[in-house]
Amino acid sequence: MPINSHMLSISGLSFERYFERVFEPVSFDLAAGSLLLVTGANGCGKTTLLRLLAGLLEPSEGEIHCPQQALYAGHNPAIKDDLSVEENIRFWMRFMGTRKSNPGNGLCQQIIEEIGLAPVALQEGRTLSAGQRKRCSLARLLFCDEALWLLDEPYSNLDHEGIVMLDRILRAHLDAGGACVMTTHGSLRPEGFDLQECHMQSGRHHYAGAAA
Amino acid sequence: MSRQSAPTAFAALLRRDFLLAYRRRAELLQPLVFLLVVITLFPLGVGPSPKLLANIAPGVIWIAALLASVLSLDSLFRSDYEDGTLEQMVLSGQSLALIALARTVAHWLVAGLPIVLLSPLLAMWMNLPDAGVPVLIKSLAIGTPVLSLIGAIGGALTVSLKRGGQLLSLLVFPLYIPLLILATSAVSAAVVELPYTGQLGLMFSGLIGALTLAPFATAAALKLSLS
Repeated sequence: MPINSHMLSISGLSFERYFERVFEPVSFDLAAGSLLLVTGANGCGKTTLLRLLAGLLEPSEGEIHCPQQALYAGHNPAIKDDLSVEENIRFWMRFMGTRKSNPGNGLCQQIIEEIGLAPVALQEGRTLSAGQRKRCSLARLLFCDEALWLLDEPYSNLDHEGIVMLDRILRAHLDAGGACVMTTHGSLRPEGFDLQECHMQSGRHHYAGAAA
Repeated sequence: MSRQSAPTAFAALLRRDFLLAYRRRAELLQPLVFLLVVITLFPLGVGPSPKLLANIAPGVIWIAALLASVLSLDSLFRSDYEDGTLEQMVLSGQSLALIALARTVAHWLVAGLPIVLLSPLLAMWMNLPDAGVPVLIKSLAIGTPVLSLIGAIGGALTVSLKRGGQLLSLLVFPLYIPLLILATSAVSAAVVELPYTGQLGLMFSGLIGALTLAPFATAAALKLSLS
């Protein structure tokens, strides 16, 4: 994994939708091995910020300096309803490539074990619960080798074991010199991490009732 | 960062698409059944006179094939868009044009090729003279990939709309007109033993043009729909 002291640096970043700022300008630097927690109320632009960082949206103001492609795990799990858990993961491994140059059958099995989906590995995507879907979409974290992770509400729908599992994966990633930007709306936070925090403010003007 | 090589990613995508097509085979059969039903209805509607049917056969078969192909276009990128697969593909660092091409190739193989294979049967039902049948098959073999390639642009443009189906047909039908004119005139020419290679040659140049340009247009449209 490449180790850069600066994984990501943004300054005065903002995004406009329909001529209105989605959030107030944000600036931060992220070094290797660190975790940034983006907090804020619902609708304050956390997901928009991550989509900007991932390169899915173009910023209206400010700059993003991100030397490498980041791994983005958003709200949409990118799981096909008609494929089994194993087929889904295998497709993404083939399509995106894996850390190991020659992933055998073993790697896929190992990943399924690690995310705790072994009992449902052969079930179709449509039969999974919301938490199982989340786990399945987090499988990408285990085979992609991007150093920067952008996780959008990674704890949502996960049970206690799932949260512990995610923390373990995240810890290993940070220890290996990776970095992570994570959003959360408050109640669930990563435990025991040394983290930076960025609180976001919605850019929209508050609704103040009908104009007099 | 190790990005997957383009051929491997292309093959992975094709493989997934075939597997998905197999799992959703009922959905795939619908356009083909539609095609068969339309062709069956024609003799009932315009009368079973063999001469009349033979005259209108090239146009009817081609229009039905065109409608059948548009039916399956709306779903070309929709499910990938809705479940977030498309954005992951965009972020994977693979060329979006390559992804678009893979999806289009898969679409043609599961939706276009069966039409080509069914065409001798359709020709028989419409009493197309034997001289026209090989040319009909050739015109469909050249033309249906163009339908998929151009249709993919429309599918990509309308993917972010909730009900993009109607708009999609409005967008792509005008682009299909030259193809329809060339194909039906080639088949009609063959029936009366006139040369038809010119029309097929023009269609083929259209295929090469679409094959080289359409994936890039589709990629641009996908990018637009995602932002």
